[in-house]
Amino acid sequence: MTREQRAQVIGQPLRVFAGLLALLLVTFGYAYLPGGPLKTEVALAVAAAKALLIATFFMQLRQAVWLVRLAALGGLVWACFLYIITFSDYLTR
Amino acid sequence: MTEVTLQEPWATAERQRVAVQFGMWLFLATETLFFGGLFLTYAVARFSHPAGFVAAAREAEAMFGTINTVVLLTSSLTMAIAERAVREALVPLARAMFAATLMLGVAFLVVKGFEYRSDIVKHLVPGPEFTLSQTGASQFWAFYWTATGVHACHMLIGLGVVTRMLLIPAADLPGRSTTAEGSALYWHLVDLIWVILYALIYLVGR
Repeated sequence: MTREQRAQVIGQPLRVFAGLLALLLVTFGYAYLPGGPLKTEVALAVAAAKALLIATFFMQLRQAVWLVRLAALGGLVWACFLYIITFSDYLTR
Repeated sequence: MTEVTLQEPWATAERQRVAVQFGMWLFLATETLFFGGLFLTYAVARFSHPAGFVAAAREAEAMFGTINTVVLLTSSLTMAIAERAVREALVPLARAMFAATLMLGVAFLVVKGFEYRSDIVKHLVPGPEFTLSQTGASQFWAFYWTATGVHACHMLIGLGVVTRMLLIPAADLPGRSTTAEGSALYWHLVDLIWVILYALIYLVGR
């Protein structure tokens, strides 16, 4: 294995993994912090950050062509419609 | 990088690669909507009965959930290395990492089994024996069983996908980088869904 291969095959995924573990530590620690405000919001924000790391680097959207990025975004956009339409009803009753 | 084995009807390796990514992401978009619907039931139930819902979440075993999060994140690391190793024709490394991914996937299901056993012993299955009385508690646990059960089914399919990669003869593996890429995309999505489930189930009641 060349040095370049080691960096690409092992180095980059290891760095992403370290970031994911750090975020897990943050979210676990904050959840048990007595009296910490906005716990659900923080937990969801950290989950979104972890999901972004996985999608961008492990699922390689960073290198993907725009057609592939659009397909990935499509699911999210339609899911957003689901939430917006449902809560535009619930929150305005 | 080695020559990619071309499948019908693709004329070039690059075209085949984009097609696999595009096709997989279209499928994963349907999965996003599927789990998105489940998460919506969670949001509506919690909005309707916030106190009972959070009280019920306090009963979830955070230790099992956290161990399984570490296990799944590690399996995503081994899968990412395996997929890149296939592309670089590093066959022994790729096979070792696929095997590690498989074992971590099995470990996840074993931990889940212990967690389910503990939940059943504590009567946390909605029904006549259900132990919590607050309004909204049974909705949380109905979500728990449905979402984690469906996720475990996805894990089982993922284990099949990884086993399939291990069954490809070593000599053929470098030519199957697009197959590895499609398999890795599926595995990472199962991990990604778990990351959200972890926050919704194990962290909200602390």
